[in-house]
Amino acid sequence: MPETAASILDLRGVSKQFELQGQRIEALRDVSLRVRAGEFVCLIGASGCGKSTLLRIVAGFETTSRGQALMREKPITGPGPERGMVFQDYGLFPWLTVRGNIGFGPAARGRPASEIRETVERFVALVGLQRFADAFPHQLSGGMKQRVAIARVLANDADVLLMDEPFGALDAMTRERLQEELLEIWQRTRLTVLFVTHSIEEAILLGDRVVVMSPGPGRIDSEFAVDLPRPRDVVAADFNDMRRELALRLHSHHSRKAA
Amino acid sequence: MSVTLETASGPPLTAAPTQESAPSSSDSVWRRLRNALLAVMFPGIVLIVWHFATYGQKYSLIPPPSEVASALWDFAFGGINDDAYSKTLHIHLLASMSRVYGGFAIALCAAVPLGLLIGRIALVRRVLDPTLQVLRPIPVTAWLPLAMIMFGLGPRSAFFLVCLGAFYPILINTVFGVRTVDQRLFEAASMLGCKDTAQFFRVVLPASLPAIFTGLRLGLGFAWVVIVVGEMTGVQTGLGAIIMEARQLSRTEIVICGMAVIGIAGFVSDRIVLLLGKRLLRWSPNFA
Repeated sequence: MPETAASILDLRGVSKQFELQGQRIEALRDVSLRVRAGEFVCLIGASGCGKSTLLRIVAGFETTSRGQALMREKPITGPGPERGMVFQDYGLFPWLTVRGNIGFGPAARGRPASEIRETVERFVALVGLQRFADAFPHQLSGGMKQRVAIARVLANDADVLLMDEPFGALDAMTRERLQEELLEIWQRTRLTVLFVTHSIEEAILLGDRVVVMSPGPGRIDSEFAVDLPRPRDVVAADFNDMRRELALRLHSHHSRKAA
Repeated sequence: MSVTLETASGPPLTAAPTQESAPSSSDSVWRRLRNALLAVMFPGIVLIVWHFATYGQKYSLIPPPSEVASALWDFAFGGINDDAYSKTLHIHLLASMSRVYGGFAIALCAAVPLGLLIGRIALVRRVLDPTLQVLRPIPVTAWLPLAMIMFGLGPRSAFFLVCLGAFYPILINTVFGVRTVDQRLFEAASMLGCKDTAQFFRVVLPASLPAIFTGLRLGLGFAWVVIVVGEMTGVQTGLGAIIMEARQLSRTEIVICGMAVIGIAGFVSDRIVLLLGKRLLRWSPNFA
């Protein structure tokens, strides 16, 4: 099976139910998704479609109620350094400097000090934070914090980057810059990225593939391959065609829900 | 949020937008002077009122401030009254300090580990927390008779009472700190490969340090508060001891001297702890 061999993530019939105040909530129903190594996949959908839950299952923070989540053919049983998560609210350790945060993973995994130092310097430089390397998170802007969060998982040899609306809390200018930087890093490192967003434009700008999810219960509605050449132009005609198509897909869920 | 840093030239520090924009040095000198003046205004008025209410009155039970001042000088350096209290301040201050810091240190050694356990381990919490919550409202004063039976007359009872006074603020703040660690940080740590017991030292402990520190500050404050009670246990030296003794001898000026010294010593010790905290917890927006 050549397709299986190439896929780094493999979700098979994943369902997830929550108990919330005695009520059973079906967050995901029968979701199957394969991600190839080096692929950039965006998950998009209205709130409550389970896109974040799906990401948290891949991260190992949540278990599946039914079905399987596999990475490189092995079931995901918990969080691990090969799957690095970037949170919308950064999740940086406030008591560590930029250097300390980036070195957290290697240090926790018991790497030798000299290697940690070298790794830290490399990734501080990668995200362009040399001048702020000894600053604490509360002294940084949102964009800088998110750069640290990205560098932190890259420094820990993550193969898969899981991003949960990472740029959602940033202002437009910073967001654009970080999107560019992320693409650059991705192209250089050939990481696999699973990126949750609620912005259609962001999904088309970044993804090789856009997976549209629909709510109640959360499931995969449709998939779009984005074969626009990179770097992509957000005001080009074909970009807009795609945007329109996706918007129609998404809005159909809204109207169905409202009805 | 300071977006300015994004492109910034200039140092990364002090991103807080509330910061007063770089005052000229004469400005800041004036501000300091004004704050100092404002701080001494109220005690100044109290002193004046106190002076006119007591000075020159033959049978006033409260001595005028000038008399207290000369008693304090004599208490510290001698050469005025040459009585039993002359030049004994350092003895009493050292005795009280050893009890305050000793009792505080014992409380710290007991309350911090206990708080970490209660905060982290549900079983320990279920076993100990109800008992501790019932014991907590009992004032230190109420423990005095029992302490004297258990530890006898003398400094050991004083240690116990001071320790008890400092214990709860440290314990409660430690538990609070441990229980309020942002869940996100555990997720972040575990996806970076830091799991289980390792998280205790790499996440729980550092994340709860600001709360623990607040507990230490409050605890040390309480230790000074209860020192007078602690030294009612029949010890010969100590600021609390001389306050009680001077009271029986109707030496009210010595009583007031003792009060003033406790106040100043407590204030200075709090300042030192606060400075230490600012140093160690530079990373925390609450201390920086």
